[in-house]
Amino acid sequence: MPGWISAAISDRVARVLLFALLAVPLGMLAVDVTRELQSPGSALGPDPGDELVRTLGGWGLRALLLTLAVSPASRVFRQPRLIRFRRMVGLWAFAYIVLHFTAYLSVLAGFELATIAGDVFKRPYITVGFSALLMLIPLAATSTRGWQRRLGRRWRTLHKLVYPAAIAAWTHLLWLSKGGFMDPFIYGLVLVLLFGERIAVRIKRAKRQPRQ
Amino acid sequence: MLIKPGADIKPSEITPEHVYRSRRKFMAESLALAGVGAAVPAAALPAAWLAEREVAADEPMGEAMTSERDATMYNNFYEFGTDKGDPAEHAHALTVDPWTVEVSGEVAKPGKIGLEDMLSGIDLEERIYRLRCVEAWSMVIPWIGFPLKKVIDKFEPTGNAKYVEFKTLKRPDEMRGQRSFFSSIDWPYVEGLRLDEANHPLAIFAVGMYGKLLPNQNGAPLRLVVPWKYGFKSVKSIVSIRLTKRQPRNTWNVLQSREYGFFANVNPTVDHPRWSQATERRFPTTLFNPNRINTRMFNGYDEVAGLYAGMDLSRHF
Repeated sequence: MPGWISAAISDRVARVLLFALLAVPLGMLAVDVTRELQSPGSALGPDPGDELVRTLGGWGLRALLLTLAVSPASRVFRQPRLIRFRRMVGLWAFAYIVLHFTAYLSVLAGFELATIAGDVFKRPYITVGFSALLMLIPLAATSTRGWQRRLGRRWRTLHKLVYPAAIAAWTHLLWLSKGGFMDPFIYGLVLVLLFGERIAVRIKRAKRQPRQ
Repeated sequence: MLIKPGADIKPSEITPEHVYRSRRKFMAESLALAGVGAAVPAAALPAAWLAEREVAADEPMGEAMTSERDATMYNNFYEFGTDKGDPAEHAHALTVDPWTVEVSGEVAKPGKIGLEDMLSGIDLEERIYRLRCVEAWSMVIPWIGFPLKKVIDKFEPTGNAKYVEFKTLKRPDEMRGQRSFFSSIDWPYVEGLRLDEANHPLAIFAVGMYGKLLPNQNGAPLRLVVPWKYGFKSVKSIVSIRLTKRQPRNTWNVLQSREYGFFANVNPTVDHPRWSQATERRFPTTLFNPNRINTRMFNGYDEVAGLYAGMDLSRHF
């Protein structure tokens, strides 16, 4: 069997596996929600709406960080093919974040416009979280190959928005934390490592090609 | 050579008789108070303790009671972790037997006293209270306890006493949240009340809930319940009661003075900087219904309003 065929097969297998892996939290949550709807108080604790919103938000942030980890991982482990999976991870992150926001709109805010507007404009942690979502929308919309081709070089520039979006998402977590700062610390550390690797790569490149 | 007996003792170092007599009397009293010399050393509350006592039932309040499961599974008790489920999961590590409470400061009878002795002669009452958390959720819980005043009076506050400070146990071996590197809290947890607030008949010490002794995650074996204030005022697992002249520090105020005041009266008109306090989610909520209800001034306990007459409650939040 020629190498490119086995590579294609393992790519496909890897793609399916990764998709399934990223879907697991959503699947588990769907089971909990179903149980909760059948018998209230059984699966998501005494404040199921809040639990649902928090769980979705947590997975949104984790998937977003995973998206940002793809290119450093491809460099560190010298596996350039990893980049092919980045779009899928990013779209899953977007899906979790959209679900997080939708759950907030429905179960927490009850679609009350006054409540939502008040939150978005008056509560800084919600403002900053909402801005992360806004920044991710154009990225999800232009994630297809077609848009990639159409935008050319500008696509890369546009997709740098993922960096401020990740910082905003992390700030959202930091500002809603109260007393215990383990989660913001750990996610912050991951973010610093992911950004640090990129900065290190830039510095290295600049040194290699001093005049350009 | 002439030897003067006691030449090295200055007259000022000799204790006058009336002073040492009163000291001996005081020591005997505090030993008795601490249960030393009693037939059975009684420092903690045995399981049968509550069963053997009568508890005056409270009248139902017309609002649905929160289930015992929710009230014991969803807790803020950062000594055991910051997640709502952490206390229920980790508080079993806490030893509540023996349990002594130190009473100090502006009192005529300071000392350390075993819990059961501290409670001797005090009648227990059931109190069904709303509990409003500063995080905008609320419960209705049937506590078993007694007015704070009954215990405080036992120690005879002096005329200087204006405030009461309460401290939670600090025992990192058993309280994993206190071992956490990421906690920004300076343990032990400290809270306080003005003495007139503490003396209000609605303010109670609780030793039980739902007809049983307090579970560890709810602040066993002794906690405060001040129903017209946000929940963080109702300090848990108390080991120290100190009467003071000056307003004591309180943990959340020290941590974030912009967000948490000393008084922390439930007040729908003063928002927390990060969220509205106008409404609350009354547990249990469901996915279809956040069960949002309007928050009431003083959590609906209007009878305490007189304590704050003339005070600007938007400043003294």
